[in-house]
Amino acid sequence: MVGWLAGALIAVTLAVAVWFLLLSRADKMIQAVHLLVMAVLEVGLLAQVVVAAVRLTGGHEPAEQATFIGYLIGSLVVLPVGAFLAVGERSKWGTVAAAVACLTVPVVILRMQELWSVTGV
Amino acid sequence: MSDTAAAPAASKSRELASGPGRALVAVYAVFTLAAGARSGVQLALRFDDAPVAYLLSALAAVIYLLATVALWSSKRSVALGAIAVELVGVLGVGLFSFLDPDLFPEPTVWSHFGSGYGYVPVLLPILGLLWLRKAAARVS
Repeated sequence: MVGWLAGALIAVTLAVAVWFLLLSRADKMIQAVHLLVMAVLEVGLLAQVVVAAVRLTGGHEPAEQATFIGYLIGSLVVLPVGAFLAVGERSKWGTVAAAVACLTVPVVILRMQELWSVTGV
Repeated sequence: MSDTAAAPAASKSRELASGPGRALVAVYAVFTLAAGARSGVQLALRFDDAPVAYLLSALAAVIYLLATVALWSSKRSVALGAIAVELVGVLGVGLFSFLDPDLFPEPTVWSHFGSGYGYVPVLLPILGLLWLRKAAARVS
């Protein structure tokens, strides 16, 4: 993993989650622009997966490799599922669903960082 | 009164997954993923380390999956059953993980009332049951 990329992804997904929660409080539903933002975040997550995959094949061994790879794959699934749930619900609750997905991403990245930095065998 | 103004008859099949139920489905989906990934790795790689804890995480994953699918497809009784078992599970395991920690050398999703997951595991079934009751009232 790359520290600054992980940090940036955590900060931005958190900010977007707060943005979505504020939107839902204002009774706003998900619009195309919000889906676009989620797509950009997904590209960032994809970049992180590529970097991690390259360094894994290059010999870096995180604490629990299988778990780490599980998180890595999971990090790519969360936003598309959240977007799917949000699009189908044209009310503020669809926006909450998207916020839940965004809130999950920083948790997953934090767990990955823990595993990544523990060993370095 | 209702914030979903769309045709009430057509939305019957998504009754439990519309409105607040949609946010609930999102959280359940996340927990299905979290518990499923965790127990899958544990069971596959080191089952003998803590069989009770790992099997409980696997059971939690199955129940979360069941609840997610039942909410999504508006199978009310299945959702009720799954969420009731979930509540009993998180309270029981939470209690036993304090009383008899030797049973759980490794934490499960439900250990210590879900402290490893921000206590969401203990809140989720309560919210789920409240939602099922509210959704039932909305239909009748």
